[in-house]
Amino acid sequence: MKKVIVIGNGMVGYKFCEKLRAKAKADEVSLVVYGEEPIPAYDRVHLSEYFENQSAEKLYMAPRSWYEENDITLKTGQLVTNIDRESRAIETHTGEKESYDYLILATGSSAMVPPITGVDKKGVFVYRTIEDLEQIIDYAQHAKRGAVLGGGLLGLEAAKALLDLKLDAQVIEFAPRLMPRQLDDSGSNMLKSKIESLGIEILLNKNTKEIHGNGKLDRLEFSDGTSLETDMLVISCGIVSRDELAKTCGLETGPRGGFVVNDQLQTNDPSIYAIGEAANYNGMVYGLVAPGYDMAETVVDQLTGDQSKQFSGADMSTKLKLIGVDVGSFGDALGQSEGSIPIAFEDKSAGVYKRINLSADKKKLLGGVLVGDCADYSMLLQITQNGMAVPPNPEDLILGARGAGGGNSIADLPDSAQICSCENVTKSAIVSAIKDDGITDLKEIRTCTKAGTGCGACSPMVGDIVSATLKSMGQSVRKTLCAHFDYTRQELYSLIKIKEVKSFNDLLNQYGRGDGCETCKPAVASLMASIWNEPILKQDTIQDTNDRFLANIQKGGSYSVVPRVPAGEITPDKLIVIGQVAKKYDLYTKITGGQRIDLFGAKLNDLPKIWRELIDAGFESGHAYGKSLRTVKSCVGSTWCRYGLHDSVSFAIEIENRYKGLRSPHKLKGGVSGCRRECAEAQGKDFGLMATEIGYNLYVCGNGGANPQHAKLLAGDVDEKTAIKYLDRFLMFYIRTAEPLNRTSVWLNKLEGGIDYLREVVVNDCLGLGDELEKDMQALIAAYHCEWREAVENEDMKQKFRHFANSEADDPTLQFVPMREMKKPADWD
Amino acid sequence: MSQQTLNYKTIEPNQVKTWYEACKEEQFPSDGGLCVEFEGLQIAIFNFSRRKKWYATQNLCPHKKQMILSRGMLGSEGEEPKVACPFHKKTFSLESGANLNGHECALATYPIKVEEGVVYVGLG
Ligand code: SRM
Ligand SMILES: Cc1cc2nc3c(=O)[nH]c(=O)nc-3n(C[C@H](O)[C@H](O)[C@H](O)COP(=O)(O)OP(=O)(O)OC[C@H]3O[C@@H](n4cnc5c(N)ncnc54)[C@H](O)[C@@H]3O)c2cc1C
Ligand code: SF4
Ligand code: FES
Repeated sequence: MKKVIVIGNGMVGYKFCEKLRAKAKADEVSLVVYGEEPIPAYDRVHLSEYFENQSAEKLYMAPRSWYEENDITLKTGQLVTNIDRESRAIETHTGEKESYDYLILATGSSAMVPPITGVDKKGVFVYRTIEDLEQIIDYAQHAKRGAVLGGGLLGLEAAKALLDLKLDAQVIEFAPRLMPRQLDDSGSNMLKSKIESLGIEILLNKNTKEIHGNGKLDRLEFSDGTSLETDMLVISCGIVSRDELAKTCGLETGPRGGFVVNDQLQTNDPSIYAIGEAANYNGMVYGLVAPGYDMAETVVDQLTGDQSKQFSGADMSTKLKLIGVDVGSFGDALGQSEGSIPIAFEDKSAGVYKRINLSADKKKLLGGVLVGDCADYSMLLQITQNGMAVPPNPEDLILGARGAGGGNSIADLPDSAQICSCENVTKSAIVSAIKDDGITDLKEIRTCTKAGTGCGACSPMVGDIVSATLKSMGQSVRKTLCAHFDYTRQELYSLIKIKEVKSFNDLLNQYGRGDGCETCKPAVASLMASIWNEPILKQDTIQDTNDRFLANIQKGGSYSVVPRVPAGEITPDKLIVIGQVAKKYDLYTKITGGQRIDLFGAKLNDLPKIWRELIDAGFESGHAYGKSLRTVKSCVGSTWCRYGLHDSVSFAIEIENRYKGLRSPHKLKGGVSGCRRECAEAQGKDFGLMATEIGYNLYVCGNGGANPQHAKLLAGDVDEKTAIKYLDRFLMFYIRTAEPLNRTSVWLNKLEGGIDYLREVVVNDCLGLGDELEKDMQALIAAYHCEWREAVENEDMKQKFRHFANSEADDPTLQFVPMREMKKPADWD
Repeated sequence: MSQQTLNYKTIEPNQVKTWYEACKEEQFPSDGGLCVEFEGLQIAIFNFSRRKKWYATQNLCPHKKQMILSRGMLGSEGEEPKVACPFHKKTFSLESGANLNGHECALATYPIKVEEGVVYVGLG
């Protein structure tokens, strides 16, 4: 049995362990890992997320238990200080010694700190580890201004962090432009103006001469005689490999650092390998994670007997979302190859800059720069890396093909195209998983090929490859629900309706297999509700938890109560009732973003009592728990507002009452604005109406949330009756055809023909479905019932709202802590 | 909190010292669970009616230490019967208690029997 020791438990060291264990179990190779940091390896690439949640665990590559389960001995908080190559043993700072057969140096790098007078003053930081971030957060509490030295990728990220810590932030760059190694002048200018608009000041051409201050810094002096007052400084001037162990044992290092390695990633001692940012390959240290993963894989192959694979350098292309700005740089980004021909496109108002560099014969793409719009990044990178043919009008590559043709689809990619650079997965690996192993489920493709499990940037492309491959095999691409049903949501919709299936078990017995799961049960529950609108508690155990208890579950296990307040209009009397109920049951109250009031922290056992009181006062369920109509937001409209064209409140109330209780593939939100000032944000909703001089403009398929999208105009200047007719048709068509948990915007984006097709269906009735859709909607509206009224009026149902079956007690583990005269749930860990 | 976790230990049928009367069979929803309390422990009992089987596990979800599993959703993964936690849908085998889709620690499971319409849970 071989014994392998890894020094350094960073991203690459971790990946090595993962890859090794996939090929060799503990009876073949024993594995010991030494890490200097006190915690297991974490995702340094997403380090800045630590500012948001301040949880190291969220960033862990794997929990400690993973190492145990995989028979890996992990020793954290141990700095290896010495390597004895003679006796093949290492020694740590605590004096611990351990021998190895093979040693893997994955010591990474540390931040490069330039030798400026005064860098050792208090208030000067680097940006590399969680510990660095903790110190920055601490210090920032007493600081007003913060500067970053270095306008590269990391520097900009650090500047954003300072801004988020509420500091006045500046970036100081020595070069005449930002990201000097990845961007050209125009790209950098575009990025600069975008970043400045966020409130970060950018100083270019500044050479920092001295850091002043009495003990702690207060001023930076530049060589041009100017200076900048600041309270703290984050240095981000590049990295230096941590190769200090070389000195203890005479391993060879590069002139600018890093253990020198060959194609097998061996150092000059064949039993010692170096990978990641610690390695110097062909005079290069790769400061990106993907090449490091590649190296880890090569070494694993070497150790497990597959000597064929060698490391042959890596591509430094990058795509990132820098402070909300998409930036991509690939291949020969700056056009430094001889004779290269640049083509550039710039739209200052949209903040988009794109540049590609063509070979002198205009046949190949060499590289390029994208700022503000990276949608084409993957495709351009593929064309570059695989030497694919460039279209006759190469500008189409950045302007989009205007007209037919264009050979840049997924199908044109060669098999060797690398799709996921984090995990180095090629197109052929994905295609073969589908064709040879018969895997068609996206999730399983990810698990088995690992594509898209790193930064995730390639996930959409992986999905497209799956679809395209299945299509090419003559299979229509069907997104079936899950392992229990070989049907799409739309097919199940028809089956349930035509065969009049009313229970999950009947459906499963007739058309499915197994016992169902947490994916298909709620999806079927939603379908049945959309088709039959029967009381959902008739099948309570197939509902998602919020639907099952008609309330949103909160951290800690309490629930929230949201009564419907149509269009946000509420009488003083009703307000008083809400106040009284909240007081009586000790609930936290908040005005929601949906123009109503949420009461939080209700105990399960109290829910029926609370709702009894609310219902007696005339309230109804607000369906905040369901994939169903939430709110129709309104502005005050012509009744009060001096600009109002129509009575938007009355119309919003009518619409909210019309569709309340309607269950759909995802939640639905509406809005009605009284004029084009659009105070109700109707164009940010699944459906929105905006008053015009003669009627309403009807917009559909907008949303806020994770991927905001503006609604699109479906019909202009329609009267209220027509608007409702179109809405009925639109909503029913969506309910019938969308995939589970697709908002209207996502659904529209996938709908072939887009908004124009939707208009054909809804307005021009091209499918002849108009009447049927309206009738279906009418039936659902007629079947409306307040779910909470039913629950509190039915003794059997009331029994479902109990924590214990054998006692009336509340859950004794519910814990609240006071906050601003109210309460909140105790934090979970 | 971790103290709480420690309180839950799998009991094998041959280790049962006391059979506690939990509640009536008719109280249960089909393919769903209820929570009962004995000696300060919260036990989730599941009526997997599709399989005509009963299961009992700790009510505490190991993920965020929430007393919640009895409100979870039942299902199967292959042949394995499972429950999905309402909070983040971590799933656990009802047979072995093992976490099926993550790194959480396993649930303690308990013997269960139904006699004349009454459900009993066995504790050590
Ligand atoms: C209470 C509220 C925040 C607030 O204090 O203002 C809220 C709270 C929740 N939102 Fe929201 N959202 C609330 C307004 C919004 C808004 C603003 C709006 O409606 O104008 C948005 C963005 C607009 C939009 O949806 O297009 C919003 C976008 C989301 C999303 C992202 C949806 C998306 O398509 O990306 C989720 C997640 C989801 O639905 O899957 C979400 C989910 C949730 C859930 C239900 C998460 C959950 O399942 O526990 C939160 C629990 C509510 C509770 O426990 O009662 N909430 N949420 C707001 C309730 C409005 C209401 O009266 O019903
Ligand atoms: C803020 C930030 C953002 C980044 N963003 C990106 C990005 O978007 N894309 C990208 O590709 N890359 C990015 N990177 C770079 C990426 O994180 C690194 O390429 C990657 O972490 C390198 O992995 P590694 O294992 O070689 O080194 P590291 O992750 O640095 O791990 C080395 C580990 O070894 C330990 N160690 C060192 N010496 C010893 C010793 N003698 N004994 C014991 N332990 C030792 C160190 O403490 C460290 O924990 C980013 C880096 C930072 C800091
Ligand atoms: S591709 Fe990009 S690619 Fe795929 S997960 Fe990842 S770096 Fe990431
Ligand atoms: S608390 Fe159970 S899955 Fe998170």
